[in-house]
Amino acid sequence: MDRKIRVLIAKPGLDGHDRGAKVIARALRDAGMEVIYTGLRQTPEMVAEAALQEDVDVVGLSILSGAHMTLVPRVVELLKQKGLDDVLVFVGGIIPDEDVASLKALGVRGIFGPGANTTEVARFIVEQVE
Amino acid sequence: MRQARRSPRELVDGALTGDRRALARLISLLESDTQAAAECVAHLHPRAGRAATVGVTGAPGTGKSTLVNELAKAFRRQGRTVGVIAIDPTSPFSGGAILGDRIRMRDLSGDDGVFIRSMATRGSLGGLARATADVACALDAAGFDVVLIETVGAGQSEVDIARTAGSVLVVEAPGLGDEVQAIKAGILEIADVLVVNKADREGAENTVRALQAMLDLGAAPRAVRHHGQVMDVPDSSPPADRASDWRPPIVKTVAVEGKGIDELVAAIDRHQTHLEASGEGEARRRQRAEAELETILRETLLARLRQQVGRVELDGVVDRVASRELDPYTAARTLIDG
Repeated sequence: MDRKIRVLIAKPGLDGHDRGAKVIARALRDAGMEVIYTGLRQTPEMVAEAALQEDVDVVGLSILSGAHMTLVPRVVELLKQKGLDDVLVFVGGIIPDEDVASLKALGVRGIFGPGANTTEVARFIVEQVE
Repeated sequence: MRQARRSPRELVDGALTGDRRALARLISLLESDTQAAAECVAHLHPRAGRAATVGVTGAPGTGKSTLVNELAKAFRRQGRTVGVIAIDPTSPFSGGAILGDRIRMRDLSGDDGVFIRSMATRGSLGGLARATADVACALDAAGFDVVLIETVGAGQSEVDIARTAGSVLVVEAPGLGDEVQAIKAGILEIADVLVVNKADREGAENTVRALQAMLDLGAAPRAVRHHGQVMDVPDSSPPADRASDWRPPIVKTVAVEGKGIDELVAAIDRHQTHLEASGEGEARRRQRAEAELETILRETLLARLRQQVGRVELDGVVDRVASRELDPYTAARTLIDG
């Protein structure tokens, strides 16, 4: 068995800033993972479908627009509908403290702000997945 | 962490009956577990062989992903379902990879007639991932009418796609430096259809001319291979009863605008028809079977030998070769003959 950790890094919503997403994608690649990067302006449907086709272990959502309380629940719901409820979901971007609890209640396992250390994110994934 | 795994057999059965989740899982298995893969392929192989497999290769930046996106849309318009395998390189340092081909394939989202899978090369050279043929077999068996395989950005020697796909498109684009340099030798020789993408750019006509000139030089090695001599292939449509009579057409496209795509699809269909009419398809299938079998034999025999010899003895022999006490040929013979 030579199973690699596969991660989908997606940018749902309309903000056009993908620098953070790319930095994370590179960091996870450097940690030995296979990172599927889907680019800007993905709908929750596109994210869930890509997660299914690519058989990923992890979905990372990068959201800077403030629309996380709309987008994240939708993605989580669609993943469930497709039978992907065992996929680890984490969110990166600008998430106000008061939203953290409700996102975690949805099943989001990790939330990383702009200052997050990329090694920390990689370590978080390895620990959670294995 | 992940839910109870289904057995290889269950995954195959699911994939064959339209369960996309099972298909996705099956592909992961084919990629990562050679033993389970062997079991799966035993069930998939008899059910495959119906799909048209089309390889798309060419230098980085020529627009392969965008072209695959447009081709898939065109096949869908004809009512044909499409499986896509998009391959990107694995980093030799970390073993990780960034697979970014889906960025250009967003139009295909939301269509159940399309299944896209990104694959990392995981250390194999030649422009494909080791499991590419098995994954293509799975998509074929799962009922996709067309399987599009996009190779890593290839230069001159990544020609494995010719041993995996029925029709090979080699994509060129103007302005990527010396056109002839970019497509010389190996990669041009495997082309069944030549695509000049980004044909609205300056220099497109030069690229077309350069490719024409290359073809006129009598490259057409597949012709040579079949008849043992270079044949003068006329420009106009040749009689279909001679395998050697396929001259790769040059199709100009502007993939981002969807221009030239219908012509390209027509050229692919013509080639597929030619393959069957000329017997070339049969010959290639045989070659592919032989190459695949040889690869598997090599891997299996090596694994068996490793097991027989044992780690310690093998390490000892490696040490002696490294210190030049023993030459590698003698070492290999000793290991094999015991």
